Amino acid sequence: MPHDHHEPLSPSGHPYRADDDKDLSYWQVMEIAVRELLIEKGHISATQIQDQINTMDARSPANGARLVAKAWTDPAFKYALIEDAGQASRNMGFDIGPMHLIALENTEKVHNVIVCTLCSCYPRNLLGLPPDWYKSRAYRSRAVVEPRKVLSEFGLEFNQKIQIRVHDSTADMRYIVIPYQPAESEGLSEAELAKWITRDSMIGVGLPRAPA
Amino acid sequence: MKVRVLRQWPPGHVRTPGYLRGKVGTIERSVGTFNNPEQNAYRLTPTKNRLLRVRFQMSEVWGIKAENPDDVVEAEIYEHWLEPFNAS
Repeated sequence: MPHDHHEPLSPSGHPYRADDDKDLSYWQVMEIAVRELLIEKGHISATQIQDQINTMDARSPANGARLVAKAWTDPAFKYALIEDAGQASRNMGFDIGPMHLIALENTEKVHNVIVCTLCSCYPRNLLGLPPDWYKSRAYRSRAVVEPRKVLSEFGLEFNQKIQIRVHDSTADMRYIVIPYQPAESEGLSEAELAKWITRDSMIGVGLPRAPA
Repeated sequence: MKVRVLRQWPPGHVRTPGYLRGKVGTIERSVGTFNNPEQNAYRLTPTKNRLLRVRFQMSEVWGIKAENPDDVVEAEIYEHWLEPFNAS
């Protein structure tokens, strides 16, 4: 009797995902080999590596949101942020390492969007790890060719009078968008405003919105 | 100031995106000097090269296929990839 190919379903009614049983790639093997050598030769410890991973994982868009909220409420800080975003971030106490940062202000006439067409450059030290779609070939190629179509897929529509500025992080700079402050949020405190500022709004593919 | 990105296709670790080669833009700002990645990536002693942010009109980059001709794309381009451009 021929075997029938009905996939077994999980208790919640969804198909099981196949195990990722592929062999390690060349570079995965290389990473393990180099890491083990560095540990064996005493250059670095497994604890230090794990600590660094934990530090990276602890960074979140909340850091960038605090920066933007301050810019919304303090014109002098906003000026400093646009002049030298790296220094302004360090002055606020953020450890952004050697990152060179540029802040781009959205206005009534200009909307900024960030992409890295060559790889996946992202202000990790301020916003944490990038979302998967940011690293996808589709986003990286389409953002510079048809930014308005891409933005519409994120739910954003702009009329033709608003200029879209796409910023391709091709070399040494990293970017953060200062979204346009919604009128409904005027007068709120810095801490309250920070809740309006989403990760996507600081990449330029979203708008700030009232916290749920 | 108007500049044109060199239309060259050298091998190696090049940070000038292909879609901008040969295109004319205006310098938006200078962001300082950085180690030349084309040498740095191969552990050669890198020269310090000026890095500029250049603004390109979408109509310049994509021609009549541009989604909106007045939108722009800005990218960091090393000075050694740029030549002065005089529209004449």
